[in-house]
Amino acid sequence: MNLTLKVWRQKNADTKGKFVTYQADHVSPDMSFLEMLDVVNEDLTKKGDDPIHFDHDCREGICGSCSLHINGRPHGPKQGITTCQLHMRSFNDKDTIVIEPWRAEAFPVIKDLAVDRSAFDRIQTAGGFISVNTGGVPDANAIAIPKVVADEAFNSATCIGCGACVAACKNASAMLFVSAKVSQLALLPQGQPERYRRVQAMVAQMDAEGFGSCTNTGACEAECPKEISITNIARMNRDYFTAKLIKQEE
Amino acid sequence: MSNFAKTFSSSLGKKLVMALTGLFLCTFLIVHLIGNLQLFKDDSGQAFNAYAYFMTHFTPIKVVSYLLYSSIIIHAVYALIISAGNKKARPIGYAVQVGNQNSPWTSRNMGILGTILLVFIVVHMGDFWWKYHNAELPYAKYEISLDNPNDIRVSELAYDANLLVHSEVTDLQARIRIVISKDLYKIVNNSFQTWWYVVLYLISMAALSFHLIHGFRSAFQTIGWDNSRFLPLVRFIGIWVFGVLVPLAFAAMPLYFFFK
Repeated sequence: MNLTLKVWRQKNADTKGKFVTYQADHVSPDMSFLEMLDVVNEDLTKKGDDPIHFDHDCREGICGSCSLHINGRPHGPKQGITTCQLHMRSFNDKDTIVIEPWRAEAFPVIKDLAVDRSAFDRIQTAGGFISVNTGGVPDANAIAIPKVVADEAFNSATCIGCGACVAACKNASAMLFVSAKVSQLALLPQGQPERYRRVQAMVAQMDAEGFGSCTNTGACEAECPKEISITNIARMNRDYFTAKLIKQEE
Repeated sequence: MSNFAKTFSSSLGKKLVMALTGLFLCTFLIVHLIGNLQLFKDDSGQAFNAYAYFMTHFTPIKVVSYLLYSSIIIHAVYALIISAGNKKARPIGYAVQVGNQNSPWTSRNMGILGTILLVFIVVHMGDFWWKYHNAELPYAKYEISLDNPNDIRVSELAYDANLLVHSEVTDLQARIRIVISKDLYKIVNNSFQTWWYVVLYLISMAALSFHLIHGFRSAFQTIGWDNSRFLPLVRFIGIWVFGVLVPLAFAAMPLYFFFK
């Protein structure tokens, strides 16, 4: 396959970026998208040019590092996969592929296609945990949890924090991410003691980071590589309003 | 800032205001529609004019109407505030973004649809609400036979500052009931004789349809309604009642007068 790549190049957060066109020839359809970029980078390095910077780590769709906006969609044209799981057979010979970084005020560009997603870490630090004193390991069956509830919590917990929801949202809203992190604990008994404090703290941090509001377009759900449902958003909203308007201050 | 104020200045709180005012406006639409069905009655507007009088002079409804006006304003102002925040959340946009592949068109264009509706509300209230309250409208005099309520003779009276907005006298000797009311029906009838005015209404009702197809169910999502048993019902009402039935029934009114 011979492809034309239009790649966003930006030296650092303070400089203005621009699109640079590269020719990627003799690309195998069996390559993953990131392997294709590796080959392009190898050529660039040989020529003495600065290689294209992009985030990646596990390359098997579980770490949430890769973050490319490909032809107008986060993680490319396929559903339910990350960029590293996208293969070149999803494209046609002689295609032009536009590759951009996630665009959000809260995700500043570090370099080229790599963005700083530490806003997500700060939201998690604000409340995305349960406080447990160390001690003996509790009996695994001590707390009964219905299978459907456990499954629902697990589905929320599959969020890998890649930020595709923010990238896809027309408002750069982080509601899907935050609601998944709120839900995975709110659904389980272990998450109850801090349930209402957690949701308030995490939403406050989300607002402070400068993410947009939710318009309920459902774009996040459609683009999420883990196909996390916007039901989580409704659940988080309900918990938040319960915490703010009904519950006594903790 | 109090906890209450803090709640409504958070991103979720602002959306809650949008959802609650939006749903309140939805309930108003149903009331407005049922009332306006009087327009289709073949009585030279007697029932409609009586209804207009009732709506503007019955105290509980007057109170609710002020709640309604403030809801429209709050809904619009909050939409502007939220949109401004959303713009700030993505200062540099994408060169390529294919929203149609991951979200419905209506959901991405609520602002444009809402703006059309706001312009429509201003025009609509200016032409009917404002005129009914402030303009020197002619009066309609209905002489209704007590023996046969369908036998109505109508005549026009010129504007008279001394006349009440609505008055009723029953003449038992002549077996008639005389109703004199400000003739809003005539204004409605005259307005919808102009083709472009009818088109403006049709465009606005299309915008209403698209706005509510997304807006109604979106409000439930924002409030935190995730009950999977009732969600299909919410979706059904959003699409078929507020997206189809209500706008179509409203659109039928200008068309009825234009082709009558």
